[in-house]
Amino acid sequence: MFDDFMTRATLAGVGVAFAAAPLGCFVVWRRMAYFGDATAHAAILGIALSLTFQVSIFAGALAVALIMALTVTFLSGRGYAMDTLLGVLAHSALAFGLVAVSFLSGVRIDLMAYLFGDILAVSRSDLLVIWGGAALVVALITWRWSELLTATLNEDLAYASGFNPKREQLILTLALSVTVAVAIKVVGVLLIAAMLIIPAAAARSLARSPESMAVIAALIGAVSSLAGLRAAYVFDTPAGPSIVCVAAIIFAAFSLTGMQSRRKLH
Amino acid sequence: MALVTVEDLGVRYGANTVLRHIDMTVEPGEILTIVGPNGSGKTSLLRAIIGAVQPASGRVTLKPGLRIGYVPQKLHIDPTLPISVERFLRLTHRATRQSCAEALEAAGVPDLSKRQMSQLSGGQFQRVLLARALINKPEILLLDEATQGLDQPGSAAFYRQIETVRTETHCAILMISHELHVVMSASDRVICLNGHVCCQGSPAVVASAPEYRALFGTGTGGALALYRHDHDHHHHDHSQKAAE
Repeated sequence: MFDDFMTRATLAGVGVAFAAAPLGCFVVWRRMAYFGDATAHAAILGIALSLTFQVSIFAGALAVALIMALTVTFLSGRGYAMDTLLGVLAHSALAFGLVAVSFLSGVRIDLMAYLFGDILAVSRSDLLVIWGGAALVVALITWRWSELLTATLNEDLAYASGFNPKREQLILTLALSVTVAVAIKVVGVLLIAAMLIIPAAAARSLARSPESMAVIAALIGAVSSLAGLRAAYVFDTPAGPSIVCVAAIIFAAFSLTGMQSRRKLH
Repeated sequence: MALVTVEDLGVRYGANTVLRHIDMTVEPGEILTIVGPNGSGKTSLLRAIIGAVQPASGRVTLKPGLRIGYVPQKLHIDPTLPISVERFLRLTHRATRQSCAEALEAAGVPDLSKRQMSQLSGGQFQRVLLARALINKPEILLLDEATQGLDQPGSAAFYRQIETVRTETHCAILMISHELHVVMSASDRVICLNGHVCCQGSPAVVASAPEYRALFGTGTGGALALYRHDHDHHHHDHSQKAAE
């Protein structure tokens, strides 16, 4: 069954959706949407480096995304506001990445494939990386769920309960880097943040608890992948952006009905 | 033994020293209140006790296995985070439904467990924070200006609840408060802080101490008449001025 490229693409999309959903909830709750963007943009630099040094794209992107995430964590609260810091780092990393790619003589790479993803070209070994990464991220977040939630609510509450919120922040950062690295092939650098944020935001109007929000977000992400790929096939549109479009339409629909039902309550 | 022992504690943020040479203890079952002007290091002292800031010098010793209940100054829950009161209470301690109900009862809000945190009023929210702190049967409750944002009757009711909690559970209470009339009527002991311990003792002793008067003026019967004062004050000079 893995011989069919559409099957592989669907599995890849669903895998990324599962990893992105619980993580995306934290990104939304902690207001770190641009953090995802910055990490993803840095991944382009990682791709350039991995092509230069002939290591796997996944390893290069993961390493640079991780360095980026750690740098941001380290620099935050040291003089510059978070959004300024992320703006500087994200766009510099993207620019340096694009410049680095242009130095690669002899290797002709399709930059578009990394900016927008090429889910239809996902191979069996890519699938293994994606599902392996997704499993790691889901396991990490499930393991630390209560602690992550407490640290998200209030750092001092975490200290008083006997654990270090900085460590929880580091776990989120790590999970974010892994997700970005595995999602590059599927939706590309520019749309990874969309897969993190849109399903989680769409799930908000239906959810009554943090857990249900993560599960609903995962379902919305999976449905977006399936429907987006189908739409891409039927209308001959680019696959990654089509997935994000479906997620955005679901978000709009849920937000509107959510607003309506709230109005009825009043 | 004492629940909390602080010895020669110093806390620095970068080049800025906020606390120096702090010695204090919290004994089982007592209500100890920290008063002091803005920027006097009250919150830093509490954060050093829960381990959120590392001491630059000296040390903080907790009784081994001490159960702490902490009520933060303010807690912001992002509106995108859906969470019910009961789920919030069970976040850090694997508490049973029964103990959640008991904690809410003890905090004076027995009927809220199914409500969403985002729907609570300011007073209800603070009481749920109190319930959360009570859920693991703490030996010491730490309250950092827990009535900020409440109106006068609301905060008076909140402090009455605290007294009830102490009477029923015999846990020690270490709180920071701006409301001097509350401090003076409800505390067993008061520490007046301004980067260092200015004076400490029973409310009556502290209220008549010249150091305290230098910081808060002579009217201690509930008036919040904060005198203008210099943060690097000299006790002697100010006490003279206050007496004039």
